[in-house]
Amino acid sequence: MNDKAALMPRRREAHPVPYWPDYKTSVTRSPSLPLLSMESTPSEETGPRFGHSLIGPLDNNLIVNYTGGKAPAVGERIRVHGRVLDETGRPVPQTLVEIWQANAGGRYRHIKDTYFAPLDPNFGGCGRTLTDADGFYEFMTIRPGAYPWPNRANDWRPMHVHFSIFGHAFGQRLISQMYFEGDPLIDRCPIMATIRDRSQIERLVAPLDMQNSRAMDYLAYKFDIVLRGRRQTMFENKPEGM
Amino acid sequence: MTQPLEMLIETPSQTGGPYVHIGCIPSFAGVEGIYPEDLGLSPIAKGARGEAITVTGSIYDGTGWAMRDAMLESWQADAAGLHPGQQGADPNVSGFCRFAADKDSGEFTLKTVKPGPVMGRDGPLMAPHISLWIVARGINIGLNTRVYFDDEDNSADPLLARIEQRHRVDTLIAKTTGVGAYRFDVRLQGEGETVFLDL
Ligand SMILES: [Fe+3]
Repeated sequence: MNDKAALMPRRREAHPVPYWPDYKTSVTRSPSLPLLSMESTPSEETGPRFGHSLIGPLDNNLIVNYTGGKAPAVGERIRVHGRVLDETGRPVPQTLVEIWQANAGGRYRHIKDTYFAPLDPNFGGCGRTLTDADGFYEFMTIRPGAYPWPNRANDWRPMHVHFSIFGHAFGQRLISQMYFEGDPLIDRCPIMATIRDRSQIERLVAPLDMQNSRAMDYLAYKFDIVLRGRRQTMFENKPEGM
Repeated sequence: MTQPLEMLIETPSQTGGPYVHIGCIPSFAGVEGIYPEDLGLSPIAKGARGEAITVTGSIYDGTGWAMRDAMLESWQADAAGLHPGQQGADPNVSGFCRFAADKDSGEFTLKTVKPGPVMGRDGPLMAPHISLWIVARGINIGLNTRVYFDDEDNSADPLLARIEQRHRVDTLIAKTTGVGAYRFDVRLQGEGETVFLDL
């Protein structure tokens, strides 16, 4: 594949609408004018690359990475795993995946989180890893708790893990959230509702993956991620003068 | 019926939320000790070629409030217009930086070197620019824009040329405030709304 090929245009209808009054903060933070569209350029087709030297041995294990392996976090032990692919179905190898989440009680280790669920002294709340040659990644963590948030009178976030993915091009940059199969709060969440396409909502809901769970240890959830692809480039090299 | 195209669809974006810093710049967020340091602290290392510059600004919401919780990423070419990874690129320019609006003032600062003009796609050179990506609570899909410079020749830039309402070009131009110092404010909405990009 040609790393200089143009990125496929983003299918904006597959993404959340920027302005959604039920998600109150979006009202003043969504552009009101149309975006300026153009074919991608080298500024979007290139992007930062990260090597294995960046990643520490515990970075993808949120159960123990905050204490350096000394004491495990409280909560239901889970494994979150999947592949990063592009729109053409090709794996995206060696790309950085970062996650962050609340603890088992639904509390973030953050000065602005004032929810009275307790902090877990053994849980920091972030992790990172690089995909392997076939685009696979995995994390060990605990199931995050649902939490209330100030929006409408009584809004709760479903259990979720935040994801940040780089890809190989700055134009592929993506932040999203993974939800858990069967959570009744998903359909009540105004942030989920910013995605108007039901099938796209479902793509953020990780199924329980019993086959990859481990007896007496952890449940697994599978979460595949698709990034923008690049156009096929067979006719890209125009002869002189055309 | 036709043959299927068999294309996948991009995973939908979701807001980075109020705690995006925990995941991306945990030390800044006060979550210390998991990583040795935050990723993308500087886009340059000692010895980077070119003119050292500082870009300072704020991101204003639709009410004119400088947002305290935004996180930004920048990506740029080196002083010769080559992106990191390209042959001959300056080894001391990683080109990538992560930074955040200040928790009290809402102001961000990017210290880097000024990029050179970058080869466009089948077209004229692009004027020197830095790509910006902005995420925050209330932003459902990250916002892309570019920082150009008021002391460069931007007249032939192919992206700026596509902006029909010429007065809006100004929203992408950082203004000189001193030697190597620029101001670049972003307005998400309303009067003087920044041009955001889909490319
Ligand atoms: Fe959250």
